Amino acid sequence: MINERLLNILTDSFWKILLPGLTVTIPLTVISFSLAMVIAIVMALVQFANIRGLKQLARFYIWVFRGTPLLIQLFVVFFGLPSVGIVIDPFPAAVLVFSLNEGAYSAETIRAALEAVPSGQLEAGYCVGMNYLQIIERIILPQAMRTAFPPLSNALIAMVKDTSLAANITVAEMFMATQRIVARTYEPLALYIEVGLIYLVFSTILTALQRAGEKKLNIQHQAAKSRRRRGGLWSR
Amino acid sequence: MVEVKNIRKAFDGAEVLKGVDLQVYQGDVVAILGPSGSGKTTLLRCLNFLETADSGELIFDGEQFHLGHVSKKDIARLRQKTSFVFQNYNLFLNKTALQNVTEGLITARKIPKEQAEKTGRRALAKVGLSDREDYYPHQLSGGQQQRVAIARAMATDPEIIYFDEPTSALDPELTGEVLAVMRQLADEGMTMLVVTHEMGFARTVSNRVIFMEDGVVVEEGGAKAFFEHPQQARTREFLQMSEKESAQGQQHF
Ligand SMILES: Nc1ncnc2c1ncn2[C@@H]1O[C@H](COP(=O)(O)OP(=O)(O)OP(=O)(O)O)[C@@H](O)[C@H]1O
Ligand SMILES: [Mg+2]
Repeated sequence: MINERLLNILTDSFWKILLPGLTVTIPLTVISFSLAMVIAIVMALVQFANIRGLKQLARFYIWVFRGTPLLIQLFVVFFGLPSVGIVIDPFPAAVLVFSLNEGAYSAETIRAALEAVPSGQLEAGYCVGMNYLQIIERIILPQAMRTAFPPLSNALIAMVKDTSLAANITVAEMFMATQRIVARTYEPLALYIEVGLIYLVFSTILTALQRAGEKKLNIQHQAAKSRRRRGGLWSR
Repeated sequence: MVEVKNIRKAFDGAEVLKGVDLQVYQGDVVAILGPSGSGKTTLLRCLNFLETADSGELIFDGEQFHLGHVSKKDIARLRQKTSFVFQNYNLFLNKTALQNVTEGLITARKIPKEQAEKTGRRALAKVGLSDREDYYPHQLSGGQQQRVAIARAMATDPEIIYFDEPTSALDPELTGEVLAVMRQLADEGMTMLVVTHEMGFARTVSNRVIFMEDGVVVEEGGAKAFFEHPQQARTREFLQMSEKESAQGQQHF
């Protein structure tokens, strides 16, 4: 099945696919995910702190972006908005949609992690004279981000793969590069498997990074949790 | 120094504090005893505004406050003068022992980091944990955690420290080390209001004892008189019962 011609196509295309992976897929993921984290932390905090008005706004935003398909969100922004005079280039349009979409999911992850921090942490902060913002910033949020680290890493891995949807709004990322080569060479099976394997390598690297990160964080965190579970000391 | 008049607090209509009066003078070590559910924790929490009382007066350093409605600013100001030691320690889980002690100094009191660390080290030395400065809470035993919590409480140089059953989450072997630290604090003249089940501590360290039940003060008096000549039948009953319990358990003093 694998003849010389196919082998040549695969090696030729490897760099042609990997290059947009490094210059488009990864930047798209990194920028979108970073923005998503900022959005998510803000949206989680306004809910956690119960700030009236903003909390409702956050709920509405999350409701919309979790409740509609990512692909449709991409289409609305890229193909829909121009009809009301808003024209956004493919790459920034993709960044906008991916960060808003991921922000909505991660906001829920972080909110749950904030709520999992024992209430005694807040009370202890008050008792040493700190104010609410100081306690959130220095005590509660760091603990919550640690709890949220594994699910957020998952989300990052998912996003690397989801960026392939950006091909639909003409972003020249890995998947689009592959489609172009397929159109020229008529080798869909081999080429789509090839790009799939490159995604797999990206995910594997991220998974390894996640492991390492968790290991580092868990030195402090996991042990504290298991202690809490073991002893009944923390119940009230 | 701290005076409370007629404090009342209800949870969902159930009255937990039914008009409690209390005075703590400078240098006092006041022990609050009472059966489970009598409102001791609630009382302490109201004094530090972790819970909002329904009504009552607080006189702190001659300044008068209505416990039902104290401004946020006053709460912040009062909390700078007090400390709280929790039953379950509540150390900041993402901070080392030293950082636990310095956190309030640096963020709330704006003390330069270096100076705060000096104070923090001194406080940890006092509770015998100089060698544990860089340990995280989960790396410490319960007794050590509670001693860090006490170091944290005293580092801010408060006028009074509230203790809510500081040893009851601890294994009996670890109770002694915490009580020893508290006794030392008392000897140094720290003003303390201590909810406790440790009769030995109440008897030998405190100078006054308050016995609470069902949200009211049943009896109060000097420690010696309270234990040797309790006036109320209910107090005698309570003391006998806890004597029996501690005969089965361990004595630390
Ligand atoms: N947040 C709350 N909501 C509702 N009820 C509460 C709350 N906190 C305390 N209570 C009730 O108030 C009563 C007094 O509780 P409190 O914790 O003050 O008792 P305590 O004297 O400290 O008891 P213990 O010796 O067991 O610690 C109890 O009946 C308790 O169920
Ligand atoms: Mg209690």
